[in-house]
Amino acid sequence: MIEEHAFPGAVAPARAYRVDADGVGIAVHEWGSESDPVLMLVHGGADFARTFDVLAPKLAAAGWRVVAWDQRGHGDSDHAHLYSFDADLRDAATVFDRVAGRSRVAVVGHSKGGAIMTALADAHPFRFGAFVNLDGIPYRRPGPDVPEHQRAGALGTELASWLAHRRRTAGGQRRPGTIAELAARRGMMNPRLPVEWLEYLVTVGGRHDSDGWRWKLDPSMRLGGFGPWRPEWALFRLAGLAVPFLGVLVGAEEPMGWGTRPEHVSQYLPRRSRLEFFEDLGHFVHIEQPDMISELIVDFLGAAL
Amino acid sequence: MSTVTRLAHNRVSLALHLLREGEGRPLLLLHGLGESSDPVVSSPLPAWPGPIHGLDFTGHGESTVPAGGGYTTEILLGDADAAIEHLGEVTVLGRGLGGYVALLLAGARPDRVRGAIIDDGPGLSGGPIEPASTAVMSLGGDGISPDPYALLELGRDLRPVDYALDFVRLATEAGAIVEPITVVAQFRPPWLAAVATAPGVGTGELDAALERYARL
Repeated sequence: MIEEHAFPGAVAPARAYRVDADGVGIAVHEWGSESDPVLMLVHGGADFARTFDVLAPKLAAAGWRVVAWDQRGHGDSDHAHLYSFDADLRDAATVFDRVAGRSRVAVVGHSKGGAIMTALADAHPFRFGAFVNLDGIPYRRPGPDVPEHQRAGALGTELASWLAHRRRTAGGQRRPGTIAELAARRGMMNPRLPVEWLEYLVTVGGRHDSDGWRWKLDPSMRLGGFGPWRPEWALFRLAGLAVPFLGVLVGAEEPMGWGTRPEHVSQYLPRRSRLEFFEDLGHFVHIEQPDMISELIVDFLGAAL
Repeated sequence: MSTVTRLAHNRVSLALHLLREGEGRPLLLLHGLGESSDPVVSSPLPAWPGPIHGLDFTGHGESTVPAGGGYTTEILLGDADAAIEHLGEVTVLGRGLGGYVALLLAGARPDRVRGAIIDDGPGLSGGPIEPASTAVMSLGGDGISPDPYALLELGRDLRPVDYALDFVRLATEAGAIVEPITVVAQFRPPWLAAVATAPGVGTGELDAALERYARL
């Protein structure tokens, strides 16, 4: 028997279907009337489409056909053999093609979803009518100069940990637990969100096996990591966007997010842009303040499109 | 003829070919982009005293062809690490793309890699070394090997000079052996030119490099 965990304002998607992205099944969720203009809503790392169960219905009520998909390995989408930023971009383009063809649509991306959409707006500008980026502008803090041998040492530690994870992950599965236990684990990364919300997320982002609940997220995926890519490279793409752009940044320190502040990005903002900064809100700004953020998005899109 | 061992790297089943028996430390061969393990042990490799193994990378040869791409050279590092987990201490010889992976492996596992040799071969350059335009395109997936996504994505992976040099530093500062990396490639794209002139990296001919690492 599934325990009922309602959350005030949370509404399940009106429609759900799958899109085939070259053999990887991508789960798509929609809220609102099919005849309304399309708004793509893109989740961040370790999240899933239904983390928008509160924000999406508010946008739908304002006259948008809200479309969110689970990125590969997340939510109800297939666990893939491989994961990469480029693969996420390609999967996104496949969903855009299916939903909107080559027409311009409104796009709202949170966190890594904002970073992926910034790259897609640069690679496929013809898909974008307006773009809202919710705390998804990567930036690396310019700390004190780190000597090269220390940087290599940090890489060595990260490499050893990553390779150990790769060796373990074949055939691995996530640790089971009760709804409260999974919510508490997620709370470590989401300390500002109410426990009732985290418990609700378990029931829509987890599955109930005979030995307990497990997050659906592919156990081979891992936050952080290493590689040749520099977070600040996203800023160079941002500067070149022609689409009307609204950036939202926050000031509260949290485990997730890049800690990007307005002064880090102001010189890279595209010409047609607006930046909103909320000093006292955290990385999951749309979950902390869904009414305020949905009004901000709706007003911006109304003026831009 | 070769004997194939299957190694699991997450959901990918890798083919590790035993190309020739021998006594002592194994030589692990890493192929270039779009290639697969070559069953022919050609000169100067027969002089290697130990067994010789060839690994088929993900999406190549007899290894699993993933659905929907998503390749990075870091994943191939994980492939090579799976071979090391099976073989123990090795000397590595990589061609092209495999040469770059040999560098990553030498930095990541300095206690297991007794010499990494970087040779010419397909995929030696990699892609841009700075932010560049991204082509977002679907190639269609039909499971053929080598995987078109491997050719596309591994042909353009980013190889900035300072990133490559971090792996040189990890390999040399571990101090396990003198000159743990040897560059024998004639063609040297920016990352490899920097590696070849870094402190603690040797250059020279393939036969001499193999002979030196065989004596360790």
